[in-house]
Amino acid sequence: MNAAPAPMLLLVSLLGLWVVIGFLGLLRPTSLKLVAHGLFPLGAAVGVAIATTAALSIASPVEQWVLGVGLPDLPVHLRRDALASVFLFLLGAASAGISLFGAGYFRRGEGTLPGLLCLQYHLFLASMGAVLLADDAYSFMVAWESMALTSYFLVTTQHRIPEIRQAGFLYVLIAHLGAIAILLSFGVMQGGSWQFTFDAMRAAELPPSWASAAFLLALLGFGAKAGLVPMHVWLPEAHPAAPSPVSALMSGVMLKTAVYGVLRVTFDLLDDPLWWWGLVAMALGLFSALYGVVFAAAQTDMKRLLAFSSIENVGLLFTGFGLALIFQSAGMNAPAALALIAVLYHAVNHAFMKGLLFVGTGAVLHATGQRNLGCLGGLIHRMPWVAWPTLIGALAIAGLPPLNGFVSEWLLLQAFLSAHEVPRLFLNMLLPLGTAVVALAAALAGYVMVKFFGVVFLGQPREAALKDAHDAGWRERAGMIWLAAGCVLFGLLPNQAISLLARVPVELGLLEPGATFGSWWLLDPVAGRQASYAPLVFLAIVLLCVVATIFVVTRIYRRRVRRGAPWDCGFARLDPRMQDTAEGFGQPIRHIFEPFFGMRRELPRPTDPAPHYRVEVSDRIWNGVYVPAAALVQHLALSVAQLQQGRISTYLVYSLVTLLVLLGFVL
Amino acid sequence: MSGFSWLIQVIEVLVALLAAPLFAGWIAQCRAVLQNRTPPSIWLPYRNIRKLLAKEAVLAEHASPLFRIAPYIVFGTMICAAAIVPSLSTNLPFSNAADAIALVGLLATARVFMALAAMDVGTAFGTLGARREMMVGFLAEPALLIVIFVASLISQSTALPTIADRLATEAFALYPSLAFTAVAFALVLLAENARLPVDNPATHLELTMIHEAMLLEYSARHLALMEWSAALKLFNYACIGMALFVPWGAATTEMPTAPALILAIPVLALKLLVSGAVLAVAETAFAKLRVFRVPELLATAFLLAVLGLLVHLLLQG
Repeated sequence: MNAAPAPMLLLVSLLGLWVVIGFLGLLRPTSLKLVAHGLFPLGAAVGVAIATTAALSIASPVEQWVLGVGLPDLPVHLRRDALASVFLFLLGAASAGISLFGAGYFRRGEGTLPGLLCLQYHLFLASMGAVLLADDAYSFMVAWESMALTSYFLVTTQHRIPEIRQAGFLYVLIAHLGAIAILLSFGVMQGGSWQFTFDAMRAAELPPSWASAAFLLALLGFGAKAGLVPMHVWLPEAHPAAPSPVSALMSGVMLKTAVYGVLRVTFDLLDDPLWWWGLVAMALGLFSALYGVVFAAAQTDMKRLLAFSSIENVGLLFTGFGLALIFQSAGMNAPAALALIAVLYHAVNHAFMKGLLFVGTGAVLHATGQRNLGCLGGLIHRMPWVAWPTLIGALAIAGLPPLNGFVSEWLLLQAFLSAHEVPRLFLNMLLPLGTAVVALAAALAGYVMVKFFGVVFLGQPREAALKDAHDAGWRERAGMIWLAAGCVLFGLLPNQAISLLARVPVELGLLEPGATFGSWWLLDPVAGRQASYAPLVFLAIVLLCVVATIFVVTRIYRRRVRRGAPWDCGFARLDPRMQDTAEGFGQPIRHIFEPFFGMRRELPRPTDPAPHYRVEVSDRIWNGVYVPAAALVQHLALSVAQLQQGRISTYLVYSLVTLLVLLGFVL
Repeated sequence: MSGFSWLIQVIEVLVALLAAPLFAGWIAQCRAVLQNRTPPSIWLPYRNIRKLLAKEAVLAEHASPLFRIAPYIVFGTMICAAAIVPSLSTNLPFSNAADAIALVGLLATARVFMALAAMDVGTAFGTLGARREMMVGFLAEPALLIVIFVASLISQSTALPTIADRLATEAFALYPSLAFTAVAFALVLLAENARLPVDNPATHLELTMIHEAMLLEYSARHLALMEWSAALKLFNYACIGMALFVPWGAATTEMPTAPALILAIPVLALKLLVSGAVLAVAETAFAKLRVFRVPELLATAFLLAVLGLLVHLLLQG
């Protein structure tokens, strides 16, 4: 056991502190006060410490540490490099806001006892950290599985409800299918050396066919965890089932560990990508992006809507990843580095935006008891502390300048603009179509967010009970403001962020050390192309225009405002029921993208005395792939079950036959 | 020199701000002549804005602060967009801070705020307008982005003034890809500015409205700002179109002197007169589409833009 380097030691002990905090919850498992006032805020502080350490250590050299714990002869290998640091920063910073929100969120009677919940939550955080630091397949898989299991228990916090148990089962099932694929991928990558450290995998020389097998298995395994279509089905079930801070963590952070995994395997462990790997990843990513955003527009449950939006963003991440792979395999290192930076940037951004939106839905859920968009509305008046930060998150995820979502989409589009230099005519023609799909998905995200924010927070309350909705408490507010501040800062200071993120392509050998992306205020990533963006100047000019307009208009003209009944074209009896419902708002999307949906409509005849209109939207992939697969498994299980008679005489006959057959072999 | 280009920047924004209602008035005049009506005064939009600004504002009882600030945000973003779009000169210092992708984002910001404000009062027409506007927007925005991409591939820049500058100063060449994108852009312009085959700016039938349905709850200065923003948006779109497809005449980086700028003003006026007249003819020739045919029109625009991109890569790649 060698001595541990400083940032690594600090990070490992902070992760250990999360474990300790978790076990402290067991001291008095029924005490909500201890958990809410002590342990969750403490966990948030540890998150800030991890984020700071990780951000400061990005530029420092790679550190490795062999820790002699666990099974004999199987020490735990740990490694911290720039890639791990970026994701540790994401984990720490996003979880800090979410834990702070969680401190005010968890209530008595949520199903699991508060102390136990605290243990599961902090073990979940610590295992995500361990996934990022692991440097051999054993410890990686142990961390990966404890992440899956702790999050399973968190999803089924309200385990008394059958639907929630079912959602949890689906989640853990797909998580394990993914884990098997990852395990097999590691098995392929050791390349006959039977050494399962990542160093051995880096050193192994794989023939292209085996490397491709490892890549596809890793893509399948990590794709299942990330929610890539067609392995996405658990996301829209598990996210509504989980408590909101847990949904925020899973969507904001856990999906990113899968992105980390696929980046680690492809760029670090298998270093020579083939060009078609990128094409496969990009095709899956583009399809997920479009599929996710189209389904998000059709949802009526706010957490399902956000879950589908996560599928879209994961799709964008994998699109960028595929683009980076294509560039790297074509020897175009600078655009590959740009695409990789766009992926990392978007991963960090999405952690903040989606975390913010999910905790926002949590506050709405607590105040109103409703997840159904059709029963919400007008909450901006009752819950301004929730509405305004959520607006920032919604605008950011819609990719509007000057917030953070725009920067990463801008970088991705700039990377796409280099696609015509790829020296393959076939790819040359295909990649612009990718650009078009990314542009379409980004524009649709705006539609989805207007629907989400407009239906939940604007308009008139659709139910009378909403009039008594209460605003969030101060810890919830603080958590939301932390996440919203992340959205704003990463939007306004992209150069500072990118100068840190650029360490990753530098370590991977894609970028010269010292490459710059413009001055401190001007983002200018592509040499030789005039393409720049300066969010600070941009914001200043927009604000100047807006403030000048307000000043001029209100100074010169009368400032008086009279409040009156809404005009509504002279219609006097305005009713909240006359607003668009969530179904209505999604109708154009259902109409335009009809082939995506499995739809069943029941339309009333004109003569019906009690007309009833019903439309059921379902997922074709669920009906077309998962339901038949489940039926097949059921069928196979039943035919195997024929063996099981429940009579001891039958089992004795089986034993006899087995012995005779074995005897036959021996003789 | 830098100070001079900032001066040009300010002049250009002021010209856009002041000429935008005039452009809207000119189109209304052309339309009236083509439809055998007595044309309204070309100054009518100004009088309208002045009248509205002086009135007392009435807000719905349950309008939130978002509803009140939305007109200012929309107006501010449109002014900002006017600063990025080269109309008189292609030497605009602000365009370094925001390229054409940021311009598309800026227009999207205005649209999102307008739609959110329309949903805020919670009337049937407001949400209907918001939904339709977002439907038009999500198809028009990627089409516009691809149109801009084609031009940026030709000129190796995503900054709109640089694109216009390179297209104007390089030796004249026919780009077949630009022909496809020009058609796509024209469709996007009609859709985004609530012009005829998509939306009727003169309609008084609530059920067919898109843009106007979103403004129903606004009055006085808020309405004035919204209308002025709509005129500015149309002006900006016309200038984007001229920057991409007829960039000649604006003062370029090769001759950013005062005489060139003075020459650029009548050229711009001429281009606007012609494009306004063409727009009026198009609007008189088209009949309004049913709302559900609009996605088909815009999908055509999107596909044409993508086709333009492919043509560019095939011929020039």
